[in-house]
Amino acid sequence: MMEIGERAGRGYLLPSFGRLVVFLLYCAGLVLVFLKELKPKGKVFTPFNVITLPVILTGIFLVLRHLFEGLSAGSNVSQEFPWGVFIGFNVMVGVPFAGGAYVLAFVVYILNSEKYHPIIRPTILNGFLAYVFYASAIFLDLGRKWNMLNPFLGREFGVSSVLFLVAWHFLLYMIAQLIEFSPVVAEWLGLRRLRKVLASMTLGACVFGIALSTLHQAGLGALFMMAKGKIHPLWYTEFIPVLFFISSIFAGLSVVIVEGSISKRVFRDRMNDEYLNSYEEIVLGLGRAAAVSLFVYFFLKVLIFIHGQGWTYLEGGMGLWFLFEVLGLVLLPCIMFYEGVKRRSVNVIRTAAVITMLGIIVNRLNYSMIAYKWYVPLSARYVPTWQEVVITLTIIFVQLWIFRFVVNRMPVYGEVPEWAREEKRESVFAELGFTLAEGGERYAKR
Amino acid sequence: MTRREFLKLSISGMASFTLSGMFGSRLEAGEARAKREFMGVLVDTTRCIGCRSCELACAEAHGLPIPNIDDASVFSSPRNMDPSHWTVVQRYKTEKGEIFVKRQCMHCNQPACVAACLVRAMKKREEGPVTWDENCMGCRYCMVSCPFDVPKFEYDKAFGRIMKCNMCYERLRIGKIPACVEACPSEALLFGRRRDLLHEAKRRIYGSTGRYFPHVYGETDVGGTGYLYLSAVPFERIGFRTDLGTKAYPEYTTGFLYSVPIVLILWPAFLTGIHHLTKEKKRKEVER
Repeated sequence: MMEIGERAGRGYLLPSFGRLVVFLLYCAGLVLVFLKELKPKGKVFTPFNVITLPVILTGIFLVLRHLFEGLSAGSNVSQEFPWGVFIGFNVMVGVPFAGGAYVLAFVVYILNSEKYHPIIRPTILNGFLAYVFYASAIFLDLGRKWNMLNPFLGREFGVSSVLFLVAWHFLLYMIAQLIEFSPVVAEWLGLRRLRKVLASMTLGACVFGIALSTLHQAGLGALFMMAKGKIHPLWYTEFIPVLFFISSIFAGLSVVIVEGSISKRVFRDRMNDEYLNSYEEIVLGLGRAAAVSLFVYFFLKVLIFIHGQGWTYLEGGMGLWFLFEVLGLVLLPCIMFYEGVKRRSVNVIRTAAVITMLGIIVNRLNYSMIAYKWYVPLSARYVPTWQEVVITLTIIFVQLWIFRFVVNRMPVYGEVPEWAREEKRESVFAELGFTLAEGGERYAKR
Repeated sequence: MTRREFLKLSISGMASFTLSGMFGSRLEAGEARAKREFMGVLVDTTRCIGCRSCELACAEAHGLPIPNIDDASVFSSPRNMDPSHWTVVQRYKTEKGEIFVKRQCMHCNQPACVAACLVRAMKKREEGPVTWDENCMGCRYCMVSCPFDVPKFEYDKAFGRIMKCNMCYERLRIGKIPACVEACPSEALLFGRRRDLLHEAKRRIYGSTGRYFPHVYGETDVGGTGYLYLSAVPFERIGFRTDLGTKAYPEYTTGFLYSVPIVLILWPAFLTGIHHLTKEKKRKEVER
């Protein structure tokens, strides 16, 4: 596979004036194609559009106000609570929700499990878009936006900062995900040679992407390590980074399950038989993995609770809130996943996935605003304004619009062009060390 | 292993090594490589008369709105620092009468804000002050990290700044002492080398019976601070947090930061290994 890819690559990148002109013409063509593609496919006045469009338009107006008038424009962030919903919700919740991309990259490309191949593309697309939009949420939250590139340009490198690591990892991981997804774009545009080059980079991008994800998922938790004394002792532990990492696994899996069940209704015409036939088995497999990772997480929570003598903090509202989170939003979905897999019930698994997502939202909001400075009275606490909520929703809705745009055009759910299918088969066999004819025969016999 | 595979592996190895070097260097954040000892200020709250001259001097020295220091009503409600007040005097009613406490940045020996800053806009200077610079992005992670909630951000401006006491760094550099210390009429503030200040603080504690609560706040709290406090009553009664521990705050993140180079080096190798192993398995399955 590498052989073919690199030979093609060398030819492609050969510098010459003629090629450059062709390339530029090609780019112009791409822009034209893209403009043509902007025309909506399907009905315009769907309920989804009617609800989201006004929100998005209001949101864009509010974002512009935010840019020109400073952070306090329509926002409740304060000296006591410097991080509002953009960081506390969009980033803190959005990043673990996008964790499915690295978990499935691990399963499909590292463990070489073909079973989950049909869902890898939508998941990576989702992950990539999530990161792009949550990076934009960070941008929106910066108080000195024109200095945004400083940590990347070296003005200066704050290498002792966890946030420095997270910032770099966001950037690098976005690139890795773009590489992972790029063959789909090449297929859509019919760029055979480019697709080969891009596909040959997938494994490297995955390996790198998984390492980056491990660290920055944990890193988001490590951000709060220095908020010791500000986070309620039931939540503050040295193991915050580990907890954040493990929870990103089942958060990602749950989002993949929920996203799949919605997409199956919305994008049914885009899905091929392979996807639809394997759907149930895939959901059962994901449910099993979610049950196991939830249990590991729960077990670790219990260990930390006992070790930190958590019962001494249990009295009062925060104690009940903690128990609700751990029992109701971790243990309960864990049991539900287990039961769902045992009874082969997609519905139970789906419900468990929704509860798990809720649990992640509660958990991350606890760290960023609820258990954060729990001692501050309610009147002085941070509560988002309606403007902040609208901007948050805008970010999510625009992401969904782009997701729909891409899915309706590119081969995300199956419908891979025949030539790409052929090439993929060939490259798999080439990697395994035998020719297409020979391998095809043996494969066919099984 | 072919030559190409070998090259690829070694390049990725080198890449992760370089990256980890970048992230891994100087994990022990904060402490400036000092050629001299840190300077600091000793605040003796038993001597403070609540005249707020320090507030006025601070505002004048840094171009902040001039406060009306004759207005005693400011003490009636709890007042905190904000972007236009880098230092405030607070009043506490205790069993030993009214106690006035001047608050400002504590200028930690190993500041959490400095370790938190991803562009090193926050710096611990050789002389002791913790200062802020214009290359700040406004992410406000310093505000989340600071155990004393000192950094304040100008939210109402499109290009806000982090505002906090800088121990009059610009004055120190030309040989002057901080404006607040200079303005204090009752010698409640004392500027000097941190070691000398500690010495003096302990001399005061042990030289008098019962005048002081026997603890110098900031000697060991959060790993030591540049501003040191003396009090007649236990410190939690005059608004200090006494549950912060003696560990320097940046150390809470070193455990995680140390894992970064390890994960970045071992994870890719491990993952590539699994990939090759499962590929072999797949091949055997197909050949069978």
